[in-house]
Amino acid sequence: MTNQAPRFWRSIPQRYNLSGTHCTCCNEYFFPPRNLCPNCRRGAHMEEYTFKGTGTVITFTTIYNATEDFERLTPYNLAIIQLDEGPKITGQIVSSSANVKIGMRVKAVFRILGKEGEKGIIYYGTKFAPIIEPSCSEKGGR
Amino acid sequence: MRSVSIIGAGCTKFGERWDVSLRDMIAEAGVMAIEDAEITGEQIDALFVGNMSGGRFIEQEHIGALIADCAGLSRLHLPSTRVEAACASGGLALRQAVLAVASGYNDIVIAAGVEKMTDVSSGTAADALASAADREWECFFGATFPALYAMIAKLHMRRYGTTSKQMAQVAVKNHHHACMNPIAQYHMEITVDDVFKSPMVADPLHILDCSPISDGAAALVLAPTEMAKKFSEEPIKIIGSAQASDTLALHDRRDLTTLDATVYAGRAAFAQAGIEPRAVDVAEVHDCFTIAEILAIEDLGFVEKGQGGKATAEGMTALQGSLPVNTSGGLKACGHPVGATGIKQACEIVLQLRGKAGKRQVDEAEIGLAHNVGGSGGTALVHIFSR
Repeated sequence: MTNQAPRFWRSIPQRYNLSGTHCTCCNEYFFPPRNLCPNCRRGAHMEEYTFKGTGTVITFTTIYNATEDFERLTPYNLAIIQLDEGPKITGQIVSSSANVKIGMRVKAVFRILGKEGEKGIIYYGTKFAPIIEPSCSEKGGR
Repeated sequence: MRSVSIIGAGCTKFGERWDVSLRDMIAEAGVMAIEDAEITGEQIDALFVGNMSGGRFIEQEHIGALIADCAGLSRLHLPSTRVEAACASGGLALRQAVLAVASGYNDIVIAAGVEKMTDVSSGTAADALASAADREWECFFGATFPALYAMIAKLHMRRYGTTSKQMAQVAVKNHHHACMNPIAQYHMEITVDDVFKSPMVADPLHILDCSPISDGAAALVLAPTEMAKKFSEEPIKIIGSAQASDTLALHDRRDLTTLDATVYAGRAAFAQAGIEPRAVDVAEVHDCFTIAEILAIEDLGFVEKGQGGKATAEGMTALQGSLPVNTSGGLKACGHPVGATGIKQACEIVLQLRGKAGKRQVDEAEIGLAHNVGGSGGTALVHIFSR
């Protein structure tokens, strides 16, 4: 996506936050945001909604051979994550590939997504990290 | 609506064609199809050509006018239209031609497909192909095309017990078929072990689970069935033609292990043809990755959902099996010049139904099917043919 900054930065609010929409008529959540509910069409009542950022890995892969923009990251994990509110999204999992499992719980984190070359602009967005359940000793407090 | 038949077919050699250009290839395929149909340029009413990305691959758009020009038809000023649906561009060109003839608007129509992919680096080609996925919500986060099919494969394995070995067997079979097809990109037998030892692209897909980057062109001549016998002794009837769409992004689909576009296009095509899937004698399906052939035979109704891997391992889809699939070698081994693929699939079915497929001939094939997918399933086309 080198030299294509305007196209990808236009939708900045959704790039930086998991902000979408919620139809209060049918209770479905949408990410990226939709202005028209595909279920209720013109009968819809849409409101803005910021997702909690927690979800579950539905499926994943480890990419060894990437396009030029992502080559420096290989191997990296890509997954389809279902957010707890319902919508599914595609994103990277920041963890060793050996740890990624279908059904694993993850949370959204804010990370560098890419750079346009060594001196080019850096762009940021959402990746996902495993939710680490506290062990018993940690639960006991210090 | 009028019944439509194929009266001519032609396909170039597929592969890394360093010595020829897109213009050379489309002219070669066009002339072959026109000679096969024994028609003259003056009899042609319109042309449709499938081409995914001339702009990215050879920095040439406006492929519609270009192919009429290359075919020597410029002075006839024929309507010539380029259509695009990513890897299903060829299938879509065929459907547009079918609609033009069926409606009565045109009589003799060319359906062609062409892609010249090896003039750019493999990185540029991969990026051009990635534009068939959702650029803003998949590729932006690092998705590649193999990665999307790898995620489908991973979930299919988990849900249905499909194995890497079963997927590799798709590649082994299609390479075996390609060895019997003179136009195929690869004339090279491979083993399951070769697939496993080849580099991993996106787990669980190895490079030998993936279709290659290819150059090639193919063309068909269509006519109303009532006129077809005037041109051809062995016209092939198109008894079903259907197209369906779905979300561009894989993650928005109802079910990640089913291509609903294939399901809908398949059902509609079978309903038009008035046949059940079991009536099909030979099929060319969209095996851009090995898992994609497994999905295709399930989603078209040849086997139950989840049984595609097992059916492949048991030999159902081999040349001697109950439903030979991808006798051309498929996208995997015949090659996948994306815009040409959908037309090449129909050319293979024409050869099979005419009984002219040589060593890879399916005995007494009467009904054939071609299935072409765009992207990870945003578009699907299914055509059914009969002798």
